[in-house]
Amino acid sequence: MLLSVRKIIKEFPIQRGLLGTPTAFLKAVNDISFEVETGEVVGVVGESGCGKSTLGKCIVGLQDLTEGQIFWNDQELKLLQKEQKRALRREFQMVFQNPFSSLNPRQKIKDLLLEPLEVHQLLAVSERLAFVKELLTQVGLTAADLEKYPHEFSGGQRQRIGIARALACQPQMLVLDEPVSSLDVSVQASILNLLAKLNRDKKIGYLFISHDLQVVGYISHRVLVMYLGRVVEEGTVEQVLQKPKHPYTQVLLKASMGFSVALKGEPSNPVNAPKGCPFAARCLHVEDRCLTEKQELQEVENRWRVACWKWHKI
Amino acid sequence: MPELLSIKNLEVSLKNPTNDKRGKVLRGISLSLGEGQRVALVGESGCGKSMTALSILNLLPQPPMEVTGGTIHFKDKDIHRFTREEWEAIRGKDIGIVFQDPITSLNPVFTVGVQIEETLRKHLNSSETEVRQKTLNLLAEVGLPDPKRVIGQYPHQLSGGMCQRVMIAMAIACGPTLLIADEPTTALDVTVQAQILELVFKLTQQNKMAVLLITHDLRIVKGHADRVVILYAGEVMEEGTPEDIFVHAQHPYTEGLLASMPQFEQKGKELVSIGGVVPSPFEDLPACVFANRCPKVKDKCRTEKPEFVLNKTGHGVRCFYPSEK
Repeated sequence: MLLSVRKIIKEFPIQRGLLGTPTAFLKAVNDISFEVETGEVVGVVGESGCGKSTLGKCIVGLQDLTEGQIFWNDQELKLLQKEQKRALRREFQMVFQNPFSSLNPRQKIKDLLLEPLEVHQLLAVSERLAFVKELLTQVGLTAADLEKYPHEFSGGQRQRIGIARALACQPQMLVLDEPVSSLDVSVQASILNLLAKLNRDKKIGYLFISHDLQVVGYISHRVLVMYLGRVVEEGTVEQVLQKPKHPYTQVLLKASMGFSVALKGEPSNPVNAPKGCPFAARCLHVEDRCLTEKQELQEVENRWRVACWKWHKI
Repeated sequence: MPELLSIKNLEVSLKNPTNDKRGKVLRGISLSLGEGQRVALVGESGCGKSMTALSILNLLPQPPMEVTGGTIHFKDKDIHRFTREEWEAIRGKDIGIVFQDPITSLNPVFTVGVQIEETLRKHLNSSETEVRQKTLNLLAEVGLPDPKRVIGQYPHQLSGGMCQRVMIAMAIACGPTLLIADEPTTALDVTVQAQILELVFKLTQQNKMAVLLITHDLRIVKGHADRVVILYAGEVMEEGTPEDIFVHAQHPYTEGLLASMPQFEQKGKELVSIGGVVPSPFEDLPACVFANRCPKVKDKCRTEKPEFVLNKTGHGVRCFYPSEK
């Protein structure tokens, strides 16, 4: 298994008492488990504040876990020695959302792309430049761009550079945090094409994080739908987008196609997350049990899971 | 339908103060809105859609922007002839506007109530108790729970979606005949976005307001507009009913926009992307502004400017070689 996530929880202390001991927590990621196989694309979809970016950061090791385990290639991240971790980290790279702030403005593209090779001591020094040129052509830029600075590129081109930089480590897996949401539609399509091609040709697995269900549906094999730090539905793209079971997935799907949705209120505050179902306050199918008792993910079919008391009725 | 707003050949230019170079933001936009009509203005970033909205309210940052040609008539009056007093009487009264980012558009140091009441006091001759009551009604009308509490709250105490509801309450406070909504839902979550759009259109139907909805997202336009106008590089490329645009698109740019929207149904197929990038206002463009990125471009497009041709049913397109569908 390329990546295996078991019951992870990430809490942030948001209020401290007199002696600096935390008194209130925000559970950004609340008891999430899933797996990604080699070459598989798993999409994570949810609204702002649902914890999807925190989940991505936990997976590449940019955030420590409060509880739970993450396995990279069947090795537990927390138990790895520093050197082992560094070697494995090369295999799990991240592409960030904002291509304007995630590239150092004072580095030339050449240096931006050579840096990961130096850090991980990949290839002989004499071969590196040729490799970097090859990388640039793979992402649709030219060798002439090597001497330029990030500001000379458009948003879409910068996102290509961000992808090239992640690819420089020859990873097995990329965590893509909203890679296309800051781009215009016409440009977005070309980046999605590039990502789909890389996945096909190089068998790189993706964790594709986005707020847009249609984008996720286009690129992913499997989908996790998150709401207030929890996964409310998980399954293949066909299952989740054709026959969504959870009321929240149904609403998200309708909204993503531009239809009007019947929905009350707004997302609850993640700080005092409700005791029962996180979506209960906005759900149209709510009943008493939803408010007091939390439903765990239930198997609908093989590997298709839903966290709703009433999924078989709606 | 009587005409409410009519924009003819509006041109706006932008001056770069460091080298005095002039760029064209709007290159002759024509647009009209009937009373109670819902028109969506769609385009990518930098195509001039927000500048069109600001020109209607005479809120363009001048300098560096400058209106260099064309006319705007609101209720058959030329707005460029308006005096300062006339403008003050119209903005917020006859024309309301909702901006993109609700959290920065509200003043952080005043309560929501004070900010809505300000509009009412300015335009209506009512007593303090009437103003207060009207504000409470407005807050309830835009779907805020517990108006009595919200009226005394500051913007930071509300979520993005609630702030946008407050902005809408301010915009409709004096019963405008035209509501301009400039990307009203872009900063909001998908599900909240759907709720806000519902609200805007429910209110406009109740109060017979016309809406100019400005957006980059073609998907939200589908069920929410009577007419759709596609803008590119400061020019209208295509205009028609949602059916004209979504089913019978004729302009290569509209077709490209529609094809490039990722959809689950297209899984496994390569998305059609429009090559190149949105041009900057300072770029020299060929006669047809889309020629450099057009898949169907011919020599004629670079030398001769295509006219905007409107057919009998009101479907207009600016292209020498429109698709037949």
